[in-house]
Amino acid sequence: MSGAYVLQQLVNGLVLGSLYALVAVGFSMIYGIVRLINFAHGDVMMVGAFSAYAILTAFGLPLWSAVLAVLTLGAVLAMLIDAVAFRPQRGAPQVNGFITSLGVAILMQNLAILTLSGQPRPFNVPGWLKENIGFMGARMTVLDAAIVLVTLAVLGALVVFVKRSRAGLAMRATAENPLAASLMGIRINRAVATAFGLGGALAGLAGLLWGARAGQIDPLMGFLPGLKAFVAAVIGGVGSLPGAVLGGFVVGFAEVLFVGLLPPLYGAYRDAFVFGLLIVILLVLPNGLLGRSVEDRA
Amino acid sequence: MIPPRHVLAWAALALVALAVTAYVETQLSGYARTVVGFAGISAILVVSLSFSNGLTGLFSLGHPAFMMVGGYVAAVLTFPVSRKGFMLPALPEWLAGAELPLFPATVAGGLAAALVAVVVGFPVLRLRGHYLAVATLGLIIIMRVAVNNADGLTRGALGLNGIPRLTTLWVILGWLAATLVVCWRLKHSSVGRSLMAIRENEMAAACMGVRRASSKLIAFSVGAFFAGVGGALWAHLLTNLTPGSFDLVLAFMLVVMVVVGGSGSLGGAVVAAIGITVLREVLRPVEQAVGAYGLVQIIIAVLLIATLLLRPQGFFGSAEPAFLRRDTRDRKTKPGRKNRPPEGPGRFPEHTAKQEARHEKA
Amino acid sequence: MLWLDAIDVWRGPSQVLRQVSLRVEAGEIVTLLGANGAGKTSTLLTVSGHLRPRAGRARLAAAGREADLARLAPPQIVAAGVAHCPEGRQVFGGMTVLENLRLGAFLRRDGEERADIDRMMGLFPILRERSSGLAGQLSGGEQMMLAMARALMSRPRLLLLDEPSLGLAPQMVERIFDVITRIRDTGTTVLLVEQNAAMALEIADRAYVLESGEIQLSGPAATLVDDPRVQEAYLGVLPAPAEPGPADGRLS
Repeated sequence: MSGAYVLQQLVNGLVLGSLYALVAVGFSMIYGIVRLINFAHGDVMMVGAFSAYAILTAFGLPLWSAVLAVLTLGAVLAMLIDAVAFRPQRGAPQVNGFITSLGVAILMQNLAILTLSGQPRPFNVPGWLKENIGFMGARMTVLDAAIVLVTLAVLGALVVFVKRSRAGLAMRATAENPLAASLMGIRINRAVATAFGLGGALAGLAGLLWGARAGQIDPLMGFLPGLKAFVAAVIGGVGSLPGAVLGGFVVGFAEVLFVGLLPPLYGAYRDAFVFGLLIVILLVLPNGLLGRSVEDRA
Repeated sequence: MIPPRHVLAWAALALVALAVTAYVETQLSGYARTVVGFAGISAILVVSLSFSNGLTGLFSLGHPAFMMVGGYVAAVLTFPVSRKGFMLPALPEWLAGAELPLFPATVAGGLAAALVAVVVGFPVLRLRGHYLAVATLGLIIIMRVAVNNADGLTRGALGLNGIPRLTTLWVILGWLAATLVVCWRLKHSSVGRSLMAIRENEMAAACMGVRRASSKLIAFSVGAFFAGVGGALWAHLLTNLTPGSFDLVLAFMLVVMVVVGGSGSLGGAVVAAIGITVLREVLRPVEQAVGAYGLVQIIIAVLLIATLLLRPQGFFGSAEPAFLRRDTRDRKTKPGRKNRPPEGPGRFPEHTAKQEARHEKA
Repeated sequence: MLWLDAIDVWRGPSQVLRQVSLRVEAGEIVTLLGANGAGKTSTLLTVSGHLRPRAGRARLAAAGREADLARLAPPQIVAAGVAHCPEGRQVFGGMTVLENLRLGAFLRRDGEERADIDRMMGLFPILRERSSGLAGQLSGGEQMMLAMARALMSRPRLLLLDEPSLGLAPQMVERIFDVITRIRDTGTTVLLVEQNAAMALEIADRAYVLESGEIQLSGPAATLVDDPRVQEAYLGVLPAPAEPGPADGRLS
């Protein structure tokens, strides 16, 4: 096992971790504010991938327009889901929202199968994205580098928004204490919608990037990455943005290294491994790596 | 356990069940028998899921994983010795030479599932809130990966076919009755009461000496036992098993049945399981004829969401039909308390949800 | 300033207020006394728009005219000049003291928030010291001051205070009540919910006594102090002004 091989695995882990982080941040924000495990979040990613596919392949529009479109569509879709499915249930037992999200996920997957068929489609990106620029001897395409850089830039912008803006302040206050936030004159439903919108935009973007890297997309593509991103959010400490990013990279690296460094026989167990990791971490650190005790306060 | 005045109602119900079973078994086609069999097995699964989720106040999605265990264990036990040699080469000697009847194989499948539940539940049941849901979803994936990769024992992704069709409607009816009786008795035993106490207030129950971990583990593994039984019956009704059949969609279907039936109501669970299974099987040919794949699941997902939005207590609430209630004392104390959210009062001020009042009235 | 006219309020399946009528005039301190579960907090939540009356009228003088509370959403009520400082303080523990104060001025966009934050820090010097620390790390008394400062940041004309003395050391209680008087003196009307009846009656102009969701007694604070029923249930029979009344005392 050479140093170059290990380095290559690390690069792969970094790229995969970035994608998980993008999705996990949305999970974490939504959980933080409404205590909802939103199973449909991964499917927002799937819709992002198909929208990008339509814009790039079917309409032949430039890449930047696809990026803008998936950000917008992801945000609008997530806010729509919140308004239709979750908002009317606010105040009901938390488990209801969680079951609802399962229903929304199944609904979205099957609507996609119904309208687009279940067949995978090739997701083509401009050739220059596939060029190898190399990273200290390891293979790294322009796309890989772009995934990492875009993720870091977007997450940086998100942190600034949440910390500094008025809407971010309202969102954090609502996540902490909805009643007190309402007493300050904050519109709670709007603050929750902000969290869904931001999370949806990031998931949409992740869909585009995921499709571009995988080279193909299908209606069920969002489910497993979505679930693993949730694992990442939990590992990082649900509700904590830096935690979600950290968790994303932990899961990305762990998965890639598990497959890359163990004998090939174990490769088939990678999904099992991720969930095993989740159970172990939850038992050792119930609040995740960076989380504060949220569950008990809720 | 049955109050005398309800004996008649019980007898009538049993007669109807026997008559329907006899009619379907002797008069209808193989396809209809399979559909009715599915409905019965779904009822076993939903009753046991409703039982363990309802009593622990936790939300598990792990039933398909336990079905997988029960199904494969039972199938390996009943599989014809003559074909075991080349289809399942990795079986140890004593299994390769054994060919059991359905009943012991089903019990073994159930016990294997319960064993897995104990091993997994020991760490996992300590998780709070909805982490358990994700962990049990993970369990489905872990199990599937394991079955996929143990080709010599399970034929992996190819699937195990040629399982003898031993499951009759009579067998299913018998197991359904057993499931109902066991879940019913446990719900009203001291274990059931300690679990109710835990659900209402975990801390207070612990202070009164209720052993949380072991009580939850009992409810979880009893649920898993019947899931394993359901898996075993399913394998011998369908005559083939693939790891892919035990997926999220199956977990989702069971959840829909629990929700529509009204969590906490065993009677509602049976009705919802039968109704939704039949609905699905009736719609399936339509879906194929029109070529609108995904339609059935869309309809069921919409049904679920609509139920949660408009009638979150399910169509039967937590109430049981009069003759299913244990006695009048129960009736006085239970309703109203059962539907209380395990988390206590909601996090959100009332004005954020228009439906608030509706939830509270439940 | 505020008129409740025979309102009925329900929380879920149970009725918490029955035919409650009360009024608060500009410049007054009005106190609402009662045992646990008597409906005091529900009354305040109704005024701030978080509970809706099913019957009766609730009116608020806002911007020179009367508004029907039932038609206003909570943010509009805040904008109309009502600040609600909730029971148990409910500061945003994971956010800094400064952020808590900024949240108090969430709806204001007059550019004077900074000056007001300075004013609050003058009123409660400990907040200046701890301004960049997390609110959750303040002591109970400090959190109470932060909660009051946060409520004042909206420049309210009517301040709703829910049990400001709860769980505080006697010395701190004295300080808090001192501040409440000063708040009134700067022109803010106060509706004060308290279990510490002795102290509340001392600073209040008028008082109402709630029992099981109904107003049982009302009148000038000075009169109620001498009312034997109040003395027995809330003040202890023997004059002991600094002692809190029995928590679950009942009017017989």
